Amino acid sequence: MAILFQGTKQQELELKEVIEKHKDQRGALMPVLQKAQEIYGYLPIEVQKMIATGLKIPLEEIYGVATFYSLFSLNPKGKYRISVCLGTACYVKGSGDIFDAISQKLGIKNGECTPDGKFSLEACRCIGACGLAPVMTINDDVHGRLTVNDIDKILSQY
Amino acid sequence: MKSIKDLNLISEQMKYIIDIRKNNTPTDNQYKKHILVCGGTGCTSSNSELILERLNQELQRHSLDDKIKTVKTGCFGLCALGPIMIVYPEGTFYSMVKPDDIPEIVESHLLNNQIVKRLVYSETLTDDGVKSLSETNFYKKQKRVALRNCGVINPESIDEYIATGGYQALSKVLTSKTPDDVINIIKDSGLRGRGGGGFPTGLKWSFAKASESDQKYVCCNADEGDPGAFMDRSILEGDPHVVIEAMAIAGYAIGASQGYVYIRAEYPIAVKRLEIAINQAKDYGLLGNNIFDSNFNFNLEIRLGAGAFVCGEETALMTSIEGHRGEPRPRPPFPAVKGLFEKPTVLNNVETYANIPQIIINGADWFASMGTEKSKGTKVFALGGKIKNTGLVEVPMGTTLREIIEEIGGGIPGGKKFKAAQTGGPSGGCIPAKHIDVPIDYDNLIAIGSMMGSGGLIVMDENNCMVDIAKFFLAFTVDESCGKCTPCRVGTKRLYEILDKITKGQGTMEDLDKLENLCYYIKENSLCGLGQTAPNPVLSTLKYFKDEYIDHIQNKKCTAGVCKDLLSFYILPDKCKGCTLCARKCPVGAISGGIKSPHVIDASKCIKCGACFDGCKFGAIIKK
Repeated sequence: MAILFQGTKQQELELKEVIEKHKDQRGALMPVLQKAQEIYGYLPIEVQKMIATGLKIPLEEIYGVATFYSLFSLNPKGKYRISVCLGTACYVKGSGDIFDAISQKLGIKNGECTPDGKFSLEACRCIGACGLAPVMTINDDVHGRLTVNDIDKILSQY
Repeated sequence: MKSIKDLNLISEQMKYIIDIRKNNTPTDNQYKKHILVCGGTGCTSSNSELILERLNQELQRHSLDDKIKTVKTGCFGLCALGPIMIVYPEGTFYSMVKPDDIPEIVESHLLNNQIVKRLVYSETLTDDGVKSLSETNFYKKQKRVALRNCGVINPESIDEYIATGGYQALSKVLTSKTPDDVINIIKDSGLRGRGGGGFPTGLKWSFAKASESDQKYVCCNADEGDPGAFMDRSILEGDPHVVIEAMAIAGYAIGASQGYVYIRAEYPIAVKRLEIAINQAKDYGLLGNNIFDSNFNFNLEIRLGAGAFVCGEETALMTSIEGHRGEPRPRPPFPAVKGLFEKPTVLNNVETYANIPQIIINGADWFASMGTEKSKGTKVFALGGKIKNTGLVEVPMGTTLREIIEEIGGGIPGGKKFKAAQTGGPSGGCIPAKHIDVPIDYDNLIAIGSMMGSGGLIVMDENNCMVDIAKFFLAFTVDESCGKCTPCRVGTKRLYEILDKITKGQGTMEDLDKLENLCYYIKENSLCGLGQTAPNPVLSTLKYFKDEYIDHIQNKKCTAGVCKDLLSFYILPDKCKGCTLCARKCPVGAISGGIKSPHVIDASKCIKCGACFDGCKFGAIIKK
């Protein structure tokens, strides 16, 4: 389902500023896409088109790069982004079960967003907090030493 | 900063830091005590920022803030006990501190000199006080070279780095060594790449030096992608200047004036500290033009990754810096001849760089005196999984797995039996108990079917299923394969499918032969290191744990109790007290039963999430 692009003039100005700053730099595309995602929260085709024009790079190349890297997203994320670490240290301590339980509870799969736009769920690779395994993050909050039984309580905080 | 004299002046002025924190002798005229709070990712995730904030508030409240200095450091290594703080000069090591503990620590310890025993790391407690951390099992056998400043200095202060001898190596090479001298020192030290491949660093540098070009580049691989490995992140968070200094030395050695650090965007703290460090080095004239009046110019730029594991491969990393899809290129030409922007390039990883300044200062012989015949120096391991002391450890090459797991790591919690240690991440393999006494170095690990990789070391116990672990790693490579070459793109997917079939109890014995043949095919025909090593987790588990595969295929059994399709959950009626907890925990309403009467699980509804199993207080639920 395509979600209507709702970029503002302010966002467009910010993006143009970023493009202006980077356009003479070698290998500018990655830093520009990263900033663009910061501005818009994701990289819809409208934003990719603006970058293509600004950097004079063909749109298909930009699309190729934007879809190659997992941190770039063509779809908007939920208000609360749940990210369950499936790195090895977390996995051997049961983070797979944590992921399944959240998926089951919210009724969404990896990369999806709840219909009300509140939660999105993704599996991530090691965030390096292996001492707290298994770990998940919700936006910038880190929840560690998790068990399946903690999930209801944690989600209810949001 | 123009000369070594300026550098020595700062070093002299800041010497008290080393005195109080390393030698336990207070020579700081203003601050009688230094309190170090860990600001690594692990401890930050468990709220160490708040602890530091509370600490500063309390110190202020008691008018101690002009007598006691608080410092936010990088990782101490013992992440399992985080958040951690240390009080110097006495060296009291407080672990698992909560913000609410701070008033007690300030009043009891700092005002009345009574340490708060309940919060002190139990291993350091003695009858008459506390003993030094270096005498504990976790630290005793460690030898810190790459991590030497982590948890000691404030990573956001260039002066503190200089106090520990920082930038002396750069000044030494710029004022008294030729580029060839530098390369020879690194060659003689025997240093090999710490990122996985183990290629001799000095040799790599000499190739790049020999390539003629108007522009050359020095790159740092900080795209630490192996899940469970976090040493590079900890170095960047705890001691970012060491990487900057080493890259400048590499630039001088090969004749490059521009460097790039390619770092994972998932490491925001490391990125921020490295940015701060680069700016400080620029302000001090340690980056930029005419460093130490030597006519040597060197600049450094940060580039962020965007979550592609393959970009840890050197040619893919460079393609990504150039702004393209991070796909690898065939080699030759090697990066030393034609690398970033088609110019000669040296690429080393963070931990490799962290060794360089020490080698220059202490000499090649000093470095080569540590380790084994072909693997010199130390190696940092990220110890994780089923182990008591999760964290970062640095040991001389040649230390055995047993020493790391049983002595330093404190063994496996819950009295469980050791089954395997996984090294090398998705490129490595599982080492079974029978090889636990093999001295760890590059060559020995390869000989037993694994590899060093970047140094992740995940311990597994009897509750881990080895077929499932192999499947886990293949799921990872399927996801991360860039798709450029067919053996890797299609091959890893097929491997995954066969493994999936086996974990569902639908495998056949012929599948095992297919699996093995396909593994060798992928290894031989893939373009880059990702595909060439992707089958290792399968091959090593097939080699050492074949009986588990056979158990899944012939008996449809997963003894470890992991593979859900082969499991069922049951309630033992004689143990069930009818407390109804499991019925309330069950997310799908599969458990029924009245109060104080035994409950039953409806197998057709059960999704095998294990919530009931984890929740039962009477051990009445079993899985088999």
